[in-house]
Amino acid sequence: MQFIRKQFPVMLAFVMGMMMFIREFVPAKFSEQLYYGFTDWAIVIVGFSAVFAILSLLHHHMNKVRKRAQGYGYSIITILAFIQMITLSLIFSVRPGTPGGWEYQWLFVPMQATMFATLAFFIASAAFRAFRARTWEALALLIAGLIVMIGRVPIGEFISPHLSTFADWIMNNPSMAGFRGIILGVALAQIAIAVRIIFGIERTYMGGGD
Amino acid sequence: MRNLIRLATSVAIALTLLLCSAAFSQESDVELPDEPLAAEGDELEALEGADMVIGLEPAADEPPAVEVPLPTHVTVSDLPNDDGTGLVVEFEKAAGETEALTYTVSVGAGPDGPWREIGSFPATKKWKEEVGHYFPGFFWFQKGRADMSSRFHLFVIQDQGDNVPLETGIEYFVKLTASLDGVSRDYAETLSAAPAEQWFDTGRTNVLILAVLFGATVLYFIARARRDPNLFIRKISGLDAVDEAIGRATEMGKPILYLNGMSSLADLSTLAALNILGRVARRVANYESKLTVPCRDPIVLTVAQEIVKAGYTDAGRPDAYNADDIFFLTEDQFSYAAAVCGIMMRDKPAANFFMGYYYAESLILAETGAGTGAIQIAGTDASTQLPFFVTTCDYTLIGEELYAASAYLSREPLVLGSLKGQDMAKVFMMVMIIIGTLLMTFGVIFIKDLFKALG
Repeated sequence: MQFIRKQFPVMLAFVMGMMMFIREFVPAKFSEQLYYGFTDWAIVIVGFSAVFAILSLLHHHMNKVRKRAQGYGYSIITILAFIQMITLSLIFSVRPGTPGGWEYQWLFVPMQATMFATLAFFIASAAFRAFRARTWEALALLIAGLIVMIGRVPIGEFISPHLSTFADWIMNNPSMAGFRGIILGVALAQIAIAVRIIFGIERTYMGGGD
Repeated sequence: MRNLIRLATSVAIALTLLLCSAAFSQESDVELPDEPLAAEGDELEALEGADMVIGLEPAADEPPAVEVPLPTHVTVSDLPNDDGTGLVVEFEKAAGETEALTYTVSVGAGPDGPWREIGSFPATKKWKEEVGHYFPGFFWFQKGRADMSSRFHLFVIQDQGDNVPLETGIEYFVKLTASLDGVSRDYAETLSAAPAEQWFDTGRTNVLILAVLFGATVLYFIARARRDPNLFIRKISGLDAVDEAIGRATEMGKPILYLNGMSSLADLSTLAALNILGRVARRVANYESKLTVPCRDPIVLTVAQEIVKAGYTDAGRPDAYNADDIFFLTEDQFSYAAAVCGIMMRDKPAANFFMGYYYAESLILAETGAGTGAIQIAGTDASTQLPFFVTTCDYTLIGEELYAASAYLSREPLVLGSLKGQDMAKVFMMVMIIIGTLLMTFGVIFIKDLFKALG
C-alpha cells in the first residue's frame, strides 16, 4: 500500500515526465500519436473528476442549508438552479431556442457580462490607491501611468503629438524590459520545478509533504 | 644654349609619341568586330540559353514582348525535421525578378501528371531565410550575411487542409511554373522526392543542449545541498508574511481563504500553488484555524483535498480536517469570481491567498478582498495581472518567487539546492545577454540564432 501511495506515483511522474520531455525533440508521427493518446486519457480523467466536482458542489451547499449557515439562502438557489438546468437540458437539450438555451443566452451570458463590466470600477478604485504619490517610486509610477493613459487616448494627441510616442517608448522599453526579466525568471523556475517533480524531489503536490 | 634646344626637341618628340598612342587606343575602343552579324536563328538560340522567352518581334502598334525569367538550381527534397509529410522546393532567384512575376508549385503522382496546384506566390516572397524550419548550413552562420545577391526561394509542401496530404515514403513529382503578364513557362525538368520522417529535430539541438545543461546544474546543486545543507536564500517578504497572516486569522477567529488560480493541473503555476497549499495547510492545522479552498478545476479539487488532508495529518490534527472546506465552485471564469467575492463578503476571511495563474478576474478578487480588510498575499507568473496584485495586495510573489515559495517555506536543503541551480542559470543568461548585446552591436548576429528553436 505504501508503494502504491508513495513510490509508484514518483516512478510514474519520472517516466511520464521524461517521455514528454523527449517527445519535444522527436518530430516523427509516433511522437504526435503518443501526445494525443495521453491527451485522450486526460479527457477521460476530467470526465470522471467532473462527477466528483458536482458531488462536492452539492454536498457543500446541502451542508450549508442543513446547518442554516450564513447565506444558506444562496445555497438553496444554487441547488434549485442546478437541478432545473440539468432537468431542462436532459429533456430539451441545450441548443438555442430550447428552455436551457434560452436561460443560457438571456440569464447566464448577461450576468457574466455584468460581472466583467464591474472590472472598470475596480480598476478606478485600484488606480486611486496605486497613484497616491507617497514615495519616489509611487511618484514615478504615477507620472509613467499618466503619460501612458493620456498618450493612448485621442486627447493626448491633441495636447501634444509627442505624448503617444513617449507612451509607446515607455511601454516598449522600460516596461517591456521588466516583463521580459520576469518571463525569463519564470521560465528558469519552471524548468527547476519540473526537474524537482520529475526526479521526485518535490512531492508536496501528491499530498503527504515530504 | 645648345643643350636647351636639345631638351626642347626631346620633350616635343615625347609629347608627339604620347598623343599618337592615346589616339590609337581610342580608336581600338570603338573598333567594330571582324565577324559578320549572327543569323536570326542563332540569336534565338543564344537567348534560350539565357533562360528567357522572347515573343516574335512586335509590330509597331503591338505591346512589347513578355520575357518570363526562369529560376536556376531548382531542387526538391524531403522537408527536414518533420513527421514525413512534407517536401521542400528550393531554387535560386532568377535574374530580373519583379513583383509581377509569380511562381506556381504543382504536385503529381507521376512525371507527366496529372498535376495539382499546391501554391502560388509572387517572386518577392518565400525566401529561405524567412522559413522557420531548420535547414543545415543556412541558419546560425549565414542567415544574417550582408551579400543577398544569390538569395534562394523556398516553398514548403505540407498538408494545409485543402492540399493533398503527402504520405511518407511515396515518391512525388513537382513542377515549377513561372508566370508574368499572362505568359507562363514551366521549368524544363520535373523533379521528384519522397517525404521521410525524422526521429530527431535538429532545429532544436540548441534547446536540448541548454535544457540538459540547466537540468544537470540543478541536480548538481541538489547533490551539493545534500552534503552542505547550510544554503543562503534571500529573504522573500511575502513568504515571511504567511505565518503572520495565519496567526492574525487565528487571533481574529476568522477563516483563511486560499485560491489555486484559474488554470488546470497541467499548468506548472497551479502545481506551485498546490505545493504552497501543502505548507500553508500544515501551519493552519498547527494554529487550529479554518482553511477554505474554493476550486475551479475538478482535478485540482481532488488534489487539493488530498494535500490539505495530508497537511493536517502531518501536523497531527487529522480530526480538524473537513473535506467540505475544499469544494468545487464552477469552471466558468466570472461565475467563479462572483462566487469567491460572495464568500469574501459573507465570511470576511482574515487572510486571502491568491496563488497560481489568473486572468481578468484577478483585480475583481483582490480588490474585493482589500475592501474586506483582509491581509492579502498573491503569487502569480501571469505578467499581465501582476500590476493588479501589486496594487491591491499586501505582499506579492512575482513570477519565479511563486515557484521558489514551496522550497522557501519547507527549508528542505534538497529543494533549496534547486534554487541555487536556478540562480546559476540566471547568471549564465545574464552573461549571455551582455555578450549578445555587445556582439549584436558590432554586427555579429549569429548569437541570436543560437538561442532560438528552429523547428
